[in-house]
Amino acid sequence: MQAAHPPSTAGAWLYRHPKALLVLFLLPPLLWLGVVYLGSLFALLAQSFFSIDEFSGTINRELTLKTYRELFSAANLDVILRTVLMAATVTVAAAIIAFPIAWFAARYARGWLRALFYIGIMLPLWSSYLVRVYAWKLILAKEGILNWVLAKLHLTWLLEALLSTPVLGGASLSVSYFGTFLVFTYIWLPFMILPIQASLERIPASVLEASGDLGAHPGHTLRHVVLPLALPGVVAGSIFTFSLTLGDYIIPGIIGSSRPFIGEVVNLHQGTAGNIPMAAAFSVVPVVVMFIYLALARRAGAFNAL
Amino acid sequence: MRSRKERVSLSLAASATAGLLFLLVPLGLILLYAFTTEDKTYQFPPPGYTLEWFGVAWGREDIRSAIALSVRVALVSTAIAMVLGTLAAAAMYRFRFFGRESITLLIILPIALPGIVTGISLRSAFNIMDIPFSFWTIVLGHATFCIVVVYNNVIARFRRTSHSLIEASLDLGANGWQTFLHVVLPNIATALLVGGLLAFALSFDEVIVTTFTAGQQTTLPIWMLSELVRPRQRPVTNVVAVFVIAVTFIPILLAYFLTRDTSDVNGSGK
Repeated sequence: MQAAHPPSTAGAWLYRHPKALLVLFLLPPLLWLGVVYLGSLFALLAQSFFSIDEFSGTINRELTLKTYRELFSAANLDVILRTVLMAATVTVAAAIIAFPIAWFAARYARGWLRALFYIGIMLPLWSSYLVRVYAWKLILAKEGILNWVLAKLHLTWLLEALLSTPVLGGASLSVSYFGTFLVFTYIWLPFMILPIQASLERIPASVLEASGDLGAHPGHTLRHVVLPLALPGVVAGSIFTFSLTLGDYIIPGIIGSSRPFIGEVVNLHQGTAGNIPMAAAFSVVPVVVMFIYLALARRAGAFNAL
Repeated sequence: MRSRKERVSLSLAASATAGLLFLLVPLGLILLYAFTTEDKTYQFPPPGYTLEWFGVAWGREDIRSAIALSVRVALVSTAIAMVLGTLAAAAMYRFRFFGRESITLLIILPIALPGIVTGISLRSAFNIMDIPFSFWTIVLGHATFCIVVVYNNVIARFRRTSHSLIEASLDLGANGWQTFLHVVLPNIATALLVGGLLAFALSFDEVIVTTFTAGQQTTLPIWMLSELVRPRQRPVTNVVAVFVIAVTFIPILLAYFLTRDTSDVNGSGK
């Protein structure tokens, strides 16, 4: 629509020159994100092409691929594989747990129940990450509630069986992969629920009724109507669960085995080891993994479900 | 309008309830342990209950200064994010242009990439440019990932606001600033407030990026992290944790009641 005779004010001038308005709007946020954020990312990327002198510990500012060659050593590949596997498992588990919560909240929760679900999802999402990790330290402690409940239910043997699994188990839940997995799943769960819920809320009730009227069982409706329509939400949620698990270095340090994850190795290299080039090269790994993931997610239409 | 009463299958209700309990019980335990008399272990059930730790926490200078720093950082970061996020949302809603998708990606990137990458990037950039760590280096990091929260809320509201309102205002002789003040702002006010509240909560709790940009300064989450690694008075940590949950609870509740009925803002029918 074209305004007929707009008065000659700055606002109207901008209205007739939308390009100028666009620049005016977009310049400050782009400058911030471009300079502060992208600038820093490139600074990091550049340093991954430097190398460290093993004897003096100083950084050699000549461009080289030496650090990247070291990155692909067997031990490092192990770390990368372990982290990606953990991120994938956590994502799948979070999706399975999140779906019924999101479905119920989107479709059936009304009135006070709706408020309860909102708070139940939003409070863990927004309350401090560390507070929630801390909660699991309380829960998984030897003298803590989980062991107490299991003892009351005479299920201690189940936990012991779980902990005696090679590699995954350990002396107790708080020093095993199971513990790390449990905490990761808990911490990132709300990030999965919200996008699924948003995509489920967009399905009109009439679509579900039509499916039922046409003779589909509720199970069929779920599989052939609801799940395909909810998929963009699941993919959007998985961006968060996957990315957050990939880069986390605090959870596996507090609850988990001594075998490190990407985040911990990056932190180690930039901190005590002082090997910034290696830390930089290592943090390129989650970035590359995430870019591949985001490209796939975009194809699945996840950006519209965020 | 949903006229038919929908039946809930038992398994769905059960798994949704179990999921909700899984989300909330750990937070309840934090509260419980703030009252325990046992301060060396996490014994369950607690051997006794006391209010002593609330007094102890109140008197601790390190906790007070950590809270003060976190609040200051969160306020400044939120203010920056509200301005930049709203501008970005206005541009992205209003215009279709080349490279638009990449800009969406750029805005999402600070939360889509792992926090440690953002943290280390900023740290190495500060090092290269010889910027000493300070209050402002923390703010720089926080504002960057808070922009997306404000952006998401405001753009969602813009999509529901009719553009013809702005055209009408300009046609009737209002200038750009008046149009913004009297037409655009009232329409996006609650979304902006909610975005701001959530950005505040995000900044107040952030730890991963902060560990790389804070230098020697202690924000509340950094204080918390040191208590997690080396616990001293465990119930005191719980008292602080309860305080943090309460601080988050208020913005969440406000956000809920502010956005509950916003699907029908007056005059915004497209």
